[in-house]
Amino acid sequence: MAWPSVPILKEGDVLIASIQSALTDLDLVGLRDALVTQVSTYRTRGVIVDVTALDVVDSFASRTLRDLAHMIRLRGARTVIVGIQPDVAFAMVQLGLTLEDIPTALDLEEGLAYLGAR
Amino acid sequence: MATPGATTPSHEVRVTVACTEDVVQARQQGRNLAVSLGFSPSEATLMAAAISELARNIVRYADHGEISMHVSPDGMLFVVARDQGPGISDMQSALRSGYSTSGGLGLGLPGVRRIADHFEIVSNSSGTTVTLGKRRR
Repeated sequence: MAWPSVPILKEGDVLIASIQSALTDLDLVGLRDALVTQVSTYRTRGVIVDVTALDVVDSFASRTLRDLAHMIRLRGARTVIVGIQPDVAFAMVQLGLTLEDIPTALDLEEGLAYLGAR
Repeated sequence: MATPGATTPSHEVRVTVACTEDVVQARQQGRNLAVSLGFSPSEATLMAAAISELARNIVRYADHGEISMHVSPDGMLFVVARDQGPGISDMQSALRSGYSTSGGLGLGLPGVRRIADHFEIVSNSSGTTVTLGKRRR
């Protein structure tokens, strides 16, 4: 099965998943599984998930992002979530949703800097 | 004849919910409705997230159902999520943070209740109806 909804690019030793539009729950789970697999395929050290275009982060999305990051950590790589929009951040806080200990950064550039990638 | 400035009853949206694409559809329609009613982008996003929770619960626990949205005469935006699923057996736990029978976070319903100006849930063996009401800030 392919995951056409979220393109994953390899940039040096970092994988970058750029969410392009609203995602269904199945898309999110597909993205999680694809990234966890590709971390070993490409022997990457870091993963950036760019959620700039994500319309909503609800309890399922925040849990799936957390799971994704934890699974990738168990594979020996680090994950940064970038691009959470102000309105989405507002809604997450109001609903009591959290990414717990998952690192976040303002945008792709800051995410790459956080991972020490070039 | 329409009274100028009166809330038009045409502000009613119904979305059939039976798969994960419908969950996205329901929350996008809810966001659009909220924006058209003058909710701020943040509030509209919050409504969209709340609708996403309600719609997902329908797909996950009841297979299919319906989300309907309307505006009360005093300007409250109401979202009604209705299904004919098996019902919620342990309501207290379902509304408590951290509980879920399907291994989820369980923050779906407590989060929705937390942000609501009006919250009502009726559930029995012939189905569940959740009503969320939210005012513009």
